[in-house]
Amino acid sequence: MTETRYDVRLHVNGTVHDVQVPARRLLSDALRHDVGLTGTHVGCEHGVCGACTVLMDGRPVRSCLVLAVSAVDAEITTVEGLADADGSLGPVQQAFKECHGLQCGFCTPGFLTTITAGLEENPSPTPEEAREMVAGNLCRCTGYQNIVASVLRAAELRGGDA
Amino acid sequence: MTTRMLGEKVQRVEDDRLLRGQGRYVDDLAQGALEVAVLRSPHAHARIVEIDVDPVLDVDGVVAVWTYDDLTGPMAEPLPLLIPHPALTHGRTQHALAKDEVNHVGEAIAFVVAEDRYVAEDAVSRIRVTYEPLPAVVGVEAARSAEHLVHEDVPGNVAARLEQATGDADAAIAAAPHRLSLDLEVERSASTPLEGRGTVARWDPDAGRLTVWSSTQTSTGVRAAVATKLGLDLGQVDVITPDVGGGFGVKIVHPWPEEVLVPMAAMALGRPVKFTEDRREHFVSSAHERGQLQHVDVGFDDEGRLLGMSVQLWHDHGAYIPYGLIVPIITSTQALGPYKPEAYKVVFESLYTNTVIVTPYRGAGRPQGVFLMERTMDAIAAYLGRDRAEVRAANFIQPDEFPYDQRMTFQDGRPLVYDSGDYPQLLDKLKALVGWDDFESVRQEARREGRRVGIGLACYVEGTGVGPYEGAHINVETTGKVKVAIGLTSQGQGHRTAFAQIVADELGVPFEDVEVTSGDTRRMGYAVGTFASRAAVMSGSAVALAARQVKAKALRIAADALEAAEEDLEIVDGHVQVRGAPASRLALGTVAVLSNPLRYAFDEASKLATQFTVGNPDKPPVEEDDEPGLEGRDFYSPERSTFAAGMHAVVVETDPDTAEVKILRYAVVHDCGTLVNPMIVEGQIHGGVAQGVGGALYERMAYDESGQLLNASFMDFLMPYVTEVPERIEVDHLETPSPLNPLGIKGAGEAGVIPSAALFASAIEDAEGIPIRRMPISPSELYDLRRKAAENAGSVENAGSVESARSEPVETKESR
Ligand code: FES
Ligand code: FES
Repeated sequence: MTETRYDVRLHVNGTVHDVQVPARRLLSDALRHDVGLTGTHVGCEHGVCGACTVLMDGRPVRSCLVLAVSAVDAEITTVEGLADADGSLGPVQQAFKECHGLQCGFCTPGFLTTITAGLEENPSPTPEEAREMVAGNLCRCTGYQNIVASVLRAAELRGGDA
Repeated sequence: MTTRMLGEKVQRVEDDRLLRGQGRYVDDLAQGALEVAVLRSPHAHARIVEIDVDPVLDVDGVVAVWTYDDLTGPMAEPLPLLIPHPALTHGRTQHALAKDEVNHVGEAIAFVVAEDRYVAEDAVSRIRVTYEPLPAVVGVEAARSAEHLVHEDVPGNVAARLEQATGDADAAIAAAPHRLSLDLEVERSASTPLEGRGTVARWDPDAGRLTVWSSTQTSTGVRAAVATKLGLDLGQVDVITPDVGGGFGVKIVHPWPEEVLVPMAAMALGRPVKFTEDRREHFVSSAHERGQLQHVDVGFDDEGRLLGMSVQLWHDHGAYIPYGLIVPIITSTQALGPYKPEAYKVVFESLYTNTVIVTPYRGAGRPQGVFLMERTMDAIAAYLGRDRAEVRAANFIQPDEFPYDQRMTFQDGRPLVYDSGDYPQLLDKLKALVGWDDFESVRQEARREGRRVGIGLACYVEGTGVGPYEGAHINVETTGKVKVAIGLTSQGQGHRTAFAQIVADELGVPFEDVEVTSGDTRRMGYAVGTFASRAAVMSGSAVALAARQVKAKALRIAADALEAAEEDLEIVDGHVQVRGAPASRLALGTVAVLSNPLRYAFDEASKLATQFTVGNPDKPPVEEDDEPGLEGRDFYSPERSTFAAGMHAVVVETDPDTAEVKILRYAVVHDCGTLVNPMIVEGQIHGGVAQGVGGALYERMAYDESGQLLNASFMDFLMPYVTEVPERIEVDHLETPSPLNPLGIKGAGEAGVIPSAALFASAIEDAEGIPIRRMPISPSELYDLRRKAAENAGSVENAGSVESARSEPVETKESR
């Protein structure tokens, strides 16, 4: 028996991707293996670690809990879409680099997307709010100290205090 | 002037790529490869009566299925026992696919290759296996009682029994003025990297070569294992470690069944094949660590000095023992920490259970050793009514006693001799950092507010940088770029940055011109692996030695070209120049051209080089004892390990009603010798501390009596989020360089996690006045302890009140 495949048009980082996927294909897999954007990582596939977080219409979403076929109408942003228009690192990325906010880098894409959305909502977080912003993502390497520092630094770089 | 890079907080060169989502982890490779799913045992212990794979063959997209019966030659033999030991009399390892019997939930039984993972999983669900369940042995007690056996031919479930002793501990204890006994327990946890295991293989029939990418801590180890299992020459197998999403020990084990099955399938099918472990699989088919029961007998004097100490350990190593006795040997020896008991005896039994295998997880047996020693120190202090820091200080090895011989054999089979350290100074620093001496006023003030706080401390010594060796190859290209290859692998430690710092300093080149490759057997075929906090010590030293070779050669060639004496030359900013006369200088790229007497001018550097004549015209262009190329290759192989040390303190608050534990302060003092990059070292400490907090307060492997792991997901296994870790980790460093290696490095990778169980036990005990003998501790367990303590004190109702919760320690004690 052959599985039915559906034509799905995904809008990712401002580019249109037409893919054919079975109904059960996860958005995380579609992004990674059908679209070829492997920056979105899969750490648990059950919605707990946050490594697979992408933005759908600006909101952070766990792509391992979304079916690709249901993502057709959304504007999706992945980690590959976070750099500035001129190709330099975006403010959250730059902050992670400056503050040593990553070690193995596996959890990092999920943090970057989550914080990007978080700072949209709250451009000048207090340290407590910065912790709160990343409180749903797991990292096994950094002990989070420098990730929280990165949130605060990213807010500075974005000019959130201005 | 080139500025010195060693010791600088240099930003990492790894980051740009990783931050853009351009990392290449193993599942990112070979898009379109065939994918694997593995049928795993649902039983902890069962005989396999029959496997029916026929229903799988109708599934559209399935390419092949293997069970044990399809394996031939070395693939049908058990996987290797990697580290044999004379005491390991009953070593058993698993087969790549189970043969006749399964011994833990999750053991691999059948291997399905399909067009994608979804289809492969469909197929796995159709395989019919008939099992005859056998009684499961779960936990140390069940293993010790040996009512049932894990392996029929292993009596008592005992794989090994090993005793080490210095002096006559029993006699010393018997003669001591005071004695105590403690029964202790540490539960299982696991490395749990965010990226699980994974392997990709591609067979090139034209070249007769196999390329394997694996998420491993040892590419050379995987290479040797794959070649052996598949009957290939080592020279036909390349193993490349791509970006690795964390290791923490679990990925040092090799080969995993899938690590040899994937290459086997790729060769058989002529197409690239990929295995990516999912999270549940990681819980039930990778490795765990930590589980031990411990019994301590100790005799001491009025100052709390250890006169005799006798330790018994029962170590649960799971269903098989591929990694030998490394973990319990480390517990046995590193329990000694910074102390010098007059007589010490330790005996352990390593026991089979029907659970996932136990292999090193960051700390590798040290957390258990530190737990038993530090619990003992606290018990002695409580018994004598002395300050806990004071009792420790009374037992310290003194700075003038190094090298200090503990008269034991360490995990590398070498004598346990500490190279250097200053433990009294570390303790002073820690006390100052955390405000140890003023804590009573903090406690009183909290008490007035109805809050219950406690402080704890724990000390450790960590044997790091174990041999046998690591190497480095350095090659200066004609562009002047410096290419460095090390054999060991990276899992996020920033090796590319740290080792580039060392090369930049040693060679006198700009940091930006140095590029480091790690864990690629095509570039460096001899290496051991990344574990035991050894990378900085071993590869760092090898890199320094190789750079010194390159420098010597560059100076020799340039001396000839510049018609100057070698002694008058220096390398600054990538140029060889005459000291004090920087005008006459030669770029290293040009020296690289001169080192290789080709006749072709490929590029600008080679055109430039033609203006120099190098070498004696009466001798061959490449002299007898020389080689073309500006390259250096060297290996560092130390006599014995280096010994880093550290001390942590924590202040906790325990909730009088819910028994939740809140961290108020966390302080670390740490001596890992010379710091290559303090930013990276602090990052390692932060990560270790977070893992330690997880291990002390949250993480455990919840096996039921039938051997099912009940919490095999991130929903149920409580790995710390940011909300569980200390808001701030206060860190202070001491640098006592190791005399054993060229840079004085000691290694830092595991330090943060080592003292945690001991530390939190100490602080919670201090807050509650109840002896803590078992870690991790959850709020409900603490609550139960309170109730029991209150019952013992005869007032159940007041279980929550600060005063009445204080009770006498319950262990047996004798005084004479
Ligand atoms: S992979 Fe989606 S939340 Fe973990
Ligand atoms: S950096 Fe490795 S998991 Fe976060």
